Amino acid sequence: MAQSKQHESKPHLVEEWVGKVYTALCILFLVVTIFSMVYFVASKGLTTFFKDKVNVIDLLTGIKWNPGGDPPLFGALPFIFGSFSTSILAAVIAAPLAFCAAVFMIEIAPKFGRKYLQPVIELLAGIPSVVYGFVGLSVIVPLFRDIFPGQGIGIAAGALVLSVMILPTITTIATDALASLPSGLKEGSYALGSTRWQTIYRIVLPTMLPALMTGVVLGIARAFGEALAVQMVIGNAPHIPGSLFESTSTLTSAITLSMGNTVMGSTHNNALWSLALILMTMTFVFVFIVRWLERRSKI
Amino acid sequence: MQALIEIDKLNLYYGAFQALKNVSLTIPEKAITAFIGPSGCGKSTLLRTLNRMNDMIPGTRIEGSIKISGKDIYSSEVEVESLRKNVGMVFQQPNPFPKSIYDNVAYGPRLHGMTNKKKLDEIVESSLRSAALWDEVKDYLKRSALSMSGGQQQRLCIARALAVNPDVLLMDESTSALDPISTLKIEELVQELKSQYTIVMVTHNMHQAARVSNQTVFFLNGEVVESTDTETLFSNPSDRRTEDYISGRFG
Repeated sequence: MAQSKQHESKPHLVEEWVGKVYTALCILFLVVTIFSMVYFVASKGLTTFFKDKVNVIDLLTGIKWNPGGDPPLFGALPFIFGSFSTSILAAVIAAPLAFCAAVFMIEIAPKFGRKYLQPVIELLAGIPSVVYGFVGLSVIVPLFRDIFPGQGIGIAAGALVLSVMILPTITTIATDALASLPSGLKEGSYALGSTRWQTIYRIVLPTMLPALMTGVVLGIARAFGEALAVQMVIGNAPHIPGSLFESTSTLTSAITLSMGNTVMGSTHNNALWSLALILMTMTFVFVFIVRWLERRSKI
Repeated sequence: MQALIEIDKLNLYYGAFQALKNVSLTIPEKAITAFIGPSGCGKSTLLRTLNRMNDMIPGTRIEGSIKISGKDIYSSEVEVESLRKNVGMVFQQPNPFPKSIYDNVAYGPRLHGMTNKKKLDEIVESSLRSAALWDEVKDYLKRSALSMSGGQQQRLCIARALAVNPDVLLMDESTSALDPISTLKIEELVQELKSQYTIVMVTHNMHQAARVSNQTVFFLNGEVVESTDTETLFSNPSDRRTEDYISGRFG
């Protein structure tokens, strides 16, 4: 009897072992990939400082970028400024829209919202960035050129294009947060004689603010890393602009525009890797902020 | 005792399902009325018609009338917000807002436009006193309401409901999620509150109805089987089904 039991349980043990090994291999693959990417970008990006003797402070705070000049100048501040200003401005435009869209989909018209609005917003996430860039270039830029002084290109155009691109990210997270709100909270508010709008801005908004912030930071991270669409509408002049409608550049567009024209191993090429390192580090910072916000919102 | 709430031939449908059938009932002023009956008998549904919380469920349809102080609460002249201000509600699960204790109690008055800090302070104190919570929390008013125990949270929800000065307090199985000691505290509290408020409570616990209420209404399958003073209903029920239920033969 005992023997037959042991015999029966063997296939289970094999299955258990296969499952463990398989999942462990998957995780190992992911971890190795991430670490090798970080190592590769870091080793390349740090070469600028160790081998080519470019000062870190000069790179981060210098405002002149001319790697081919004599002497070559590696001031990346215009790119850093461009990346931050476009993505934060994009989030400022997108966050209120995303919150209102989420409220409409969950609170005001759940049937219509889930059936039509959610798929439409998810569709926005699937549109290729070159299409966004093209639309930005042929619609937004001419419009800004007519209304505001300047060429129409610049931070404003970039931020507007990016805000549409990150709208699905923030909306999806806000919608999930809203749907998971305990219904007792809303009932409690209604039972005290609150109107729907009072409940939304006095109870719903404050309660879901941490989740909304998570969405905003993820949106900023996505905007920060977006290259093509921004590059098409921002002008790509490597200097800090005096207005929102003046040509400037971002980290991503600086990399994509010059990477093909430089020789691997040259100082210019290494400097681009340093920009990539800054990009990657900032993305990590954004991820940590998200984790921190999520931990806080659980309390 | 004078009747405050008069329910006349009330039928309520959730889509095709009829949840309340021809319910006629009067609820006396400044007394405790308990609704008892097995799950799904319509007692909570009826409670929720009294402050029109059922309005929010799509497909709900109502026939008949409910009058509070002589006014039909389903007439188009009645604003649902002012009705709910007059008819407070405490739910099954304590549902304090994720705000401070003070802000929870001040929430209702602020909704209805009160901004005077001194008056708000007074309302918060008197409401917490009425809910027998003041002495426990008076030094921690700025603390999050979520840091309180379940029983304290439920008394906070009572204080929150009292803060808008209602005439009626509805309690929807408000002790069923609490431990026996917290339950006892709430029962004592309700006894004190009945001198000022008309209280209607739904309870799963027949002993609680017998201990606390003045009038008891027994529901079965959406109908009122028997409605009389609590002592009579439990000692000498006139309907066979009531007797079966209170003696534990079903439900």
